[in-house]
Amino acid sequence: MNQKKFISNAISYFILIAIGWLMIYPLIWLFFATFKNNNEIFGNKTLFPSSISFDAYINGWKATGQVTYTVFFGNTFSIVIPVVVFTVLSAIFISYGFARFNFKFRNVFFIMMLATMMLPGSVIVVPQYIMFRTFGWLNTYNVFIVPSLFGTPFFIFLMVQFLRGIPKELDESAYIDGCNSFRILWQILVPLCKPAIFSVIVFRFLWTWNDFFGPLIYLNSVKRYTIALGLRMSIDNEAAIAWPNIMAMSLLSIMPCILLFFFSQNYFVEGITTTGLKG
Amino acid sequence: MFGLFGCRINFNIEERGSIVSNTLKMPANIKKKFYKPFRRENIGLVYILPWFIGFLVFGLYPFIASIVYSFTDYTLLKPPNFVGIQNYITMFTTDKDFYKSLTVTIIYSVVAVPCKLTSALIIALLMNMKLKAVNLFRTAYYIPSILGGSVAVAIVWKALFVNNGVINSILSTFGIAPVKWLGSPASAISIIVLLNIWQFGSSMVIFLAGLKQIPQELYEVARVDGAGKFRIFYKITIPLLTPVIFFNLIMQLIHSLQEFSAPFLITNGGPMKFTYFYGMKLYEYGFKFYKMGYSCALSWFLFAIILALTALIFRSSNSWVYYEDGGKS
Repeated sequence: MNQKKFISNAISYFILIAIGWLMIYPLIWLFFATFKNNNEIFGNKTLFPSSISFDAYINGWKATGQVTYTVFFGNTFSIVIPVVVFTVLSAIFISYGFARFNFKFRNVFFIMMLATMMLPGSVIVVPQYIMFRTFGWLNTYNVFIVPSLFGTPFFIFLMVQFLRGIPKELDESAYIDGCNSFRILWQILVPLCKPAIFSVIVFRFLWTWNDFFGPLIYLNSVKRYTIALGLRMSIDNEAAIAWPNIMAMSLLSIMPCILLFFFSQNYFVEGITTTGLKG
Repeated sequence: MFGLFGCRINFNIEERGSIVSNTLKMPANIKKKFYKPFRRENIGLVYILPWFIGFLVFGLYPFIASIVYSFTDYTLLKPPNFVGIQNYITMFTTDKDFYKSLTVTIIYSVVAVPCKLTSALIIALLMNMKLKAVNLFRTAYYIPSILGGSVAVAIVWKALFVNNGVINSILSTFGIAPVKWLGSPASAISIIVLLNIWQFGSSMVIFLAGLKQIPQELYEVARVDGAGKFRIFYKITIPLLTPVIFFNLIMQLIHSLQEFSAPFLITNGGPMKFTYFYGMKLYEYGFKFYKMGYSCALSWFLFAIILALTALIFRSSNSWVYYEDGGKS
C-alpha cells in the first residue's frame, strides 16, 4: 500500500512539475530574452543568453524618442491609482447599502446590478463611446476614472458577499450606543472588511493595468498612451522590430502585476473563491 | 444564501431581524407621520444612490441606445437615419466576413472552453491530493491568468511562435519540420486557443475551492463500502462538482465569445481573415470605420447568441448539475 501510494504521488509530482514548467516557461523565456540580441532570440532554442547586457532596457525605455516609457508608466499609474481608490470607496459604500439595509425594492435593485454584471461589454461600448464623446472626454482619463466613482457591479457584489459574513449584532450594538450609520461603516465594518478590500484593490489594479481595449478606443495621442498602447505601438511598425527592447519593456510592464501577486496571494484566492470570478 | 457559485444565488437577502427596530419603537402617531418615510432602513437608499446613477448613465442608457442605434445608419460623421432592420439584413446577406468571423469565434469557444476547463479540473484534482509544496504549484499555475489579456503576453506569444521562433527551434531538435504557426488558418487559431488554455489558473482555483467543499465523510463512507478510486471519482467528486463546472462553463463561454486582444495583437485577423474574430469585427466597424449603427447591430446579434447559449446551458443543467438540496435554491 505504501509503495503504491509512493508511486502515485511520484506520478502526480511529475505531472505537476512538467506542466508547471510549461506554464511558466514563456515567462522565464521572456526574462532571459531581455538580455539577448535579435539573433539570439530567434532561430535559437537555448534559454540562457550568451552574455548579460542591459542595453535592451536602456534603449527600450526610450521608445519613440519623443515619448519615453516614463510617460507611459506615468500615464498608466495616473489611470490605475484613481480608478483603484474610487472603486474601493464606491464598492464599500454601495455594498453597505445592499448588505445592511432592508429598504423597499432592494432585491429588485440587487438583481438589476447582477444583471449588468452578466451583460457583455460589447453591447454597450458603442453608445458609451458616443456619450463620452459628447461629454468631450475622448483622449482624457475621465472615461476610466469617472465611471469607477459609481461603483463596479462585480466589486460591489464581492463586498456584499463579504459583509454578509460579518455578524449584524456588531452594528446593532453600535447603533444603540448612538453611532450613525456612516460611523458604523467606517469604524466597525471597514476594518473587518480588510481582506475583501484587498481583493478589490488587487483585481481592480490588475484589470485596469492590463486593460487594452479601453485605452485603444479612447486614447489617441501618443502622449496620453498607457503601457499597453505603448507596447502595441512598438510592435506595429513591422519594418524593424527591435525585439530585445520590446521584450525588456514587456517584462517591465508585467512586473507590477507579478509583484502584486506575490505580495497578496492569499487575497487572490479569497477573492476568487468568494465570488467565483473570471481571470 | 449566496453560494460560492453564481448559479445558486438566492436573491432574497435575508430579512433584517433587527433588535433596533424592536427596541426603539416610536409612539404610534409620530411613527405614522414622520418616522415611516425616514425609516432607518431607507438610509440604505442613500448608500446605493451612486450605483443607481451609474446604472442609469453608464448601463441602462447605453443599453437602450445600443438597440436604437442598431436600427440606424449612425456613423458619427452624419446624423443618424432610421433604417429599420436593414443592418440585420446586411449582416446576414451581403456582409462576406460575417459568417466567417462568427464561425471562427464559435469554433474557438467550442474548442478552447472545454480544453481550458478540463485542464483546470485535472490540475485542481492533482493539487487536491495533499501533496507537499502545493502552494508553489498553485503560484506557477496561477501566474499566467493574472496577466490576462495584457499586450506583453500577446507579444511573447507572437515571438514564441514566429517562423524562426523558439517553438520551431525546439521542434526541430525532435526532427519536426518548422510549422508556419501564423501562416495557416488552423495553426493560427490553435495558438490563440493555446493562449487561452494557458490562462486556466482562475478556473483552477475555483475548482480547487469546490473540491475543498466536498465533505470528507462521503469519501470515507464510499471507501468503507469498498468503492474504487474511479468509482468515487465518477460517483462523488464529479457530481458534487457539477455546480462549479456549470458556473465556470458559463463565465468562460461569455468571455471567449468576446475575445478580442489575442487575435488583434497576435494574428491581426490573418491569415486571410481566418482569425478575424467577432470581437475584432465589432471593434473595426465601431472604431475604425465608425459605422456605429452596424456595430451595434452586430453586438446585439452576439448578445442574442450569448443569451441563447446561456439559456441552453441553464435548461440542460437540470439533467447534469447536481444540487444537494434538489435544486430548489
